[in-house]
Amino acid sequence: MSKMHIKFHLNGQEVEGLAEPRMLLIHFLRENLKVTGPHIGCETSHCGACTVDLNGKSVKSCTLFACQADGAAITTVEGLTNPDGTLGVLQEMFREHHGLQCGFCTPGMITRAHRLLQENPTPTEEEVRFGISGNLCRCTGYQNIVKAILAAAEQLNAHKAPSSSEAVGQNVEAAE
Amino acid sequence: MIPAGFEYHRPADLASAVGLLQEHGEEARVVAGGHSLIPMMKLRMAELGHLVDLQAIGELKGIEIADGTAILGAMTTQHELIEHADLATAIPLLREAALQIADPQVRYLGTVGGNVANGDPGNDMPGLMQCLGARFELYGPAGTRQVAARDFYESAYFTARADDEILTKVTIPVPAAGTGYAYAKQKRKIGDYATAAAAVLVGTASASVAMTNLSDTPVWSEEAGMALANGDIEGCVAAMLAAIDPQEDMRGPIAFKKHVAAVILRRAIDSALSRRA
Ligand SMILES: Cc1cc2nc3c(=O)[nH]c(=O)nc-3n(C[C@H](O)[C@H](O)[C@H](O)COP(=O)(O)OP(=O)(O)OC[C@H]3O[C@@H](n4cnc5c(N)ncnc54)[C@H](O)[C@@H]3O)c2cc1C
Ligand code: FES
Ligand code: FES
Repeated sequence: MSKMHIKFHLNGQEVEGLAEPRMLLIHFLRENLKVTGPHIGCETSHCGACTVDLNGKSVKSCTLFACQADGAAITTVEGLTNPDGTLGVLQEMFREHHGLQCGFCTPGMITRAHRLLQENPTPTEEEVRFGISGNLCRCTGYQNIVKAILAAAEQLNAHKAPSSSEAVGQNVEAAE
Repeated sequence: MIPAGFEYHRPADLASAVGLLQEHGEEARVVAGGHSLIPMMKLRMAELGHLVDLQAIGELKGIEIADGTAILGAMTTQHELIEHADLATAIPLLREAALQIADPQVRYLGTVGGNVANGDPGNDMPGLMQCLGARFELYGPAGTRQVAARDFYESAYFTARADDEILTKVTIPVPAAGTGYAYAKQKRKIGDYATAAAAVLVGTASASVAMTNLSDTPVWSEEAGMALANGDIEGCVAAMLAAIDPQEDMRGPIAFKKHVAAVILRRAIDSALSRRA
């Protein structure tokens, strides 16, 4: 199979490369672009370690071909630091609240939490748990991950002008 | 897990997509959200020469509600369906079911069209659409035709859709105001397919009941619906248990599945009746 020319925005910069159509996005990111934040856990669409943000959606990059992402805007955990390279609020809160042990799930977890807080800036604990249900962690028992995300939400809201606090919770009732 | 090689196409309109399906025949498959097809390709249970990506086809997008009918474009994602406030008001059963499908990441990409076209007995939307009396629109070389969801499923992965047809939209009659509804699902963990799931609508003199993953197609039982419409809950459950045909697999033996089916159906009926106004 001949290779395709693939181009997309990654963490704010235009990147390009050649890939066979069958190359999965996670392999294109890690092997071709050397962006190794997104991890490969299960390879079977279950664990969420490979989660990236694609056009404003959290997606499992092991279940998408790189060619499908041609033209897209992608953010990985590397893109969630502050402009000066220091840890972003979510990253800092994961550190502060021990939201990780081995750290394998962390890039996917933080990238997913980022989109969750974009869509619902004031989630309840239940909404956080439902929102990260596509990400598995084998170490923490989730308790501190949930704490870290709630703390990040609080900090992010505190930084905003009071007038922007009308963001309403989305009522994502747990369907479990 | 790397799939076999293929050529990738991203047509901009329906006519070109169908043209590609005609040109490449059995070698070609469309991909919507890819969350059923790509795992199968990675396992090499699906091999194809040409992958036709529907993502750029604007005609397949969008949700419209008018004149007592909701029309969902095939490329509507489960996430978009859940977030659509008017749809949640008009047909709350859809949202309740979609929230129980897979996990957030899968729902951002998984589409309504892919879920109903796939033909996997584990998919939740086929039974849901049968319960709602939905119709599927198919577009192919000979033009457009409509097939009722209740006539669409032939056996596992075999449907009324021809290989060169694309499912373009799902048309759903909005249930009368006050209709009770519920989607109940038993699964082993979040992101799992159903051990048993039930979709129930119950009005003052009518009812519709369908179940998922208890046969090689979804099971809509007219008899079960009639019993429930007459207020006969035990008759409804008995008719459904007679209609399903579960097989033993990793979700359990047949007797267990029948047990779970009855429990889940009763739960769905109770909750639908409690919401009937
Ligand atoms: C971890 C995980 C858990 C899941 N859990 C559930 C669950 O609990 N319940 C559930 O219902 N589903 C579940 N799914 C499946 C998911 O909902 C899929 O997204 C869905 O079944 C298919 O939609 P898709 O858009 O991804 O279709 P694709 O994977 O792109 O396509 C599926 C099939 O349908 C065909 N197709 C797609 N669109 C069209 C069209 N418009 N016209 C004609 N043919 C078409 C394709 O050619 C392919 O054969 C799960 C998936 C994963 C990865
Ligand atoms: S590696 Fe993609 S979901 Fe596990
Ligand atoms: S910290 Fe080890 S898997 Fe989550």
